[in-house]
Amino acid sequence: MTPTTPAATPSPGPSRATAVWHEVTRHGLFWPVLALVLLLLACGVASPGFLDVTVRDGHLFGQLVDLLRNSATPLLLALGMCLVIATGGIDLSVGAVMAIGLAVSLTYLDTAADPSNIGTVLTAVLLGLVVGAIGGAFNGAMVAGLGIQPFIATMILMVAGRGIAMLITQGQITTVTSPPFKTIGSGFVLGVPTPVVIAVAAFVVVALVVRRTALGMFLESIGINREASRLAGVRSRRTTWTVYVIAGVLAALAGLVYGAPTMAADANNIGLMKELDAIMVVVLGGTKLDGGRFYLGGLLVGAMLLSSLERAVIIFQLPSQTTPLFKAIVLIAVCVAASPTLRAMLRGRRRADRVDTPAAPVEPVSAAEVTA
Amino acid sequence: MKGINRARTGLAGVVATFTVLALAACGGGSDTSGDGGDGGDEGGSDLIRVGFSQLGAESGWRTANTESVKESLSEDAGFDLTFVDAQQKQENQIKALRDFVAQDVDVIAFSPVIETGWDEVLQEIKDSGIPVVLVDRTVDTTVDDPFVTWIGADFKAEGTTAGEWVAENAPDAKIFELQGTLGSGAQVDREEGFGEVVGEQIIGKASGNFTRAEGKTAVEAALQAYPDMTMIFTHNDDMGLGAIEAIEAAGKVPGKDIQIVSVDGVRDGLQALVDKKFNYVVECNPVFGDQLAELITKVADGEDVPKETIVIDKAFDQTITQADVDARAY
Repeated sequence: MTPTTPAATPSPGPSRATAVWHEVTRHGLFWPVLALVLLLLACGVASPGFLDVTVRDGHLFGQLVDLLRNSATPLLLALGMCLVIATGGIDLSVGAVMAIGLAVSLTYLDTAADPSNIGTVLTAVLLGLVVGAIGGAFNGAMVAGLGIQPFIATMILMVAGRGIAMLITQGQITTVTSPPFKTIGSGFVLGVPTPVVIAVAAFVVVALVVRRTALGMFLESIGINREASRLAGVRSRRTTWTVYVIAGVLAALAGLVYGAPTMAADANNIGLMKELDAIMVVVLGGTKLDGGRFYLGGLLVGAMLLSSLERAVIIFQLPSQTTPLFKAIVLIAVCVAASPTLRAMLRGRRRADRVDTPAAPVEPVSAAEVTA
Repeated sequence: MKGINRARTGLAGVVATFTVLALAACGGGSDTSGDGGDGGDEGGSDLIRVGFSQLGAESGWRTANTESVKESLSEDAGFDLTFVDAQQKQENQIKALRDFVAQDVDVIAFSPVIETGWDEVLQEIKDSGIPVVLVDRTVDTTVDDPFVTWIGADFKAEGTTAGEWVAENAPDAKIFELQGTLGSGAQVDREEGFGEVVGEQIIGKASGNFTRAEGKTAVEAALQAYPDMTMIFTHNDDMGLGAIEAIEAAGKVPGKDIQIVSVDGVRDGLQALVDKKFNYVVECNPVFGDQLAELITKVADGEDVPKETIVIDKAFDQTITQADVDARAY
């Protein structure tokens, strides 16, 4: 999480400690992690037993496990969103793609002869993911092929997507009974909830592909300057297109994971406003919306923080009316605290104060700040 | 490759269908005023032109209601129905209502998504002189005399019925209330009716937005936040079904360790009652299209109608049989 500076010097003076402190607080994830830890501790105080994790019927059980499971959907969405944002784009359609993916999978299961057959379920999952890929390919074609602004291009599918999902389910809430499919959302693998396993696996795969190959660097270079990277030989069009396809597949996967426990393809509500949650997770994770550098690790913290916020409202026994307000206050606090501009301002003020009091050891601190 | 091609064709088909539907809808709108002479006008002048704005398809209940309305307001029965699904968005619904005014239909009927925010559009409808029939849900507006009549279930009475059962059968229960979408008529009135009877037994409340998934997460958290809870009162069956999942995951027995009292009576909910996972279900009868058709005919003819028509609701406990459930249409 936060980088720990090895204690090289045996006797760190006060200035050294301050430097480390500055180093830590300046790390993009410091404030989100702090907020998450404080929030979980507060929940633990408000409701004893909140932090307990026990083994029940051979699998992990507890509020923290629930939180991990609920974080799987935003994490999957944010993974795709983060890559898209790295290229300087945005994908507003992920919520609608969730609905389409789930609608296709469940409609297929509904019409299948034996919905509980493993092969049928795998086909259903595959169909859902393929439809997600098609949605992503459409977005990618609009953005990379036709050069339409990503915000507008993906808004098309955001708006029309729910209509498509409604057409697939014929305006009904399609409900199916299929134990193997349900496992995707509410089952366990070696005691760990399946959605967590799926999300972590997706995370690892994406992280490996992005960081172990040149893809990540390409994405960042496209996000920083599309034209320059094209001239430098990066296939910016194809790379951008690929990223939207990945986002589409991950969104469909998120839809399956989210909808599997209840097995109801509710085209109106599945994934509603989830695109904004995904963007929030990306931003909390320290990635800027204007493209370029991106941080996958931050997504884990962001997703956890988001689902913890929603749960904390009930744990604190606050009325549900206050949920949006509560979320907003914490998120604003985190974003303000993490704002480099604000910190620069405060630092400027502090430095000015110190000039007034010549006794203070000005030099070492400011030197550390400049070099860091 | 073949699979992808087929899927693409499928998608193209879907898009094409969508376009055709949209065109058909536009055509329908202009036909009536224009030259739609070939067959469309046969006896068309006798039909009562009704604009119906349904709020969405958020639950099995709503779907059954939609089907009942469409079936009863058919052309054979003497109606020319323009049905618009608002997909649970108020702005869609306001737009549909304005379209109805522009089309100058004979009667406007709608189920409002939420209670507030209708002042402007209701005033416009009133100015146009088209009578409004509110269906199922109510509005809270400053417009005088905004609608001719209202037909639907008495949500408050449903809450009261549920509360009375609790008072009689589980007077010591500590109740967690799973609220519907905040601000909706069903949430406000069921909460009020229930609270008037057994309000002191309620130890906590949270919203599950009438959906299974959110009902489940809310109950997961509530089981931790209110460990002494022994009963859940849910504002609809779907959230109650989500609650069952959360309770079972926590190693407790729904219907026994934690009793569930619900409102709606959709088939899945009644099935849960047969399976002894629900304890009591107050019905909210959606199949009142025939009553609505009768009412609209009277309104269109300018007859006096009562301000309220209450749809008769039943209530079920665990004595319900599998045969009752199988006979359920929705």
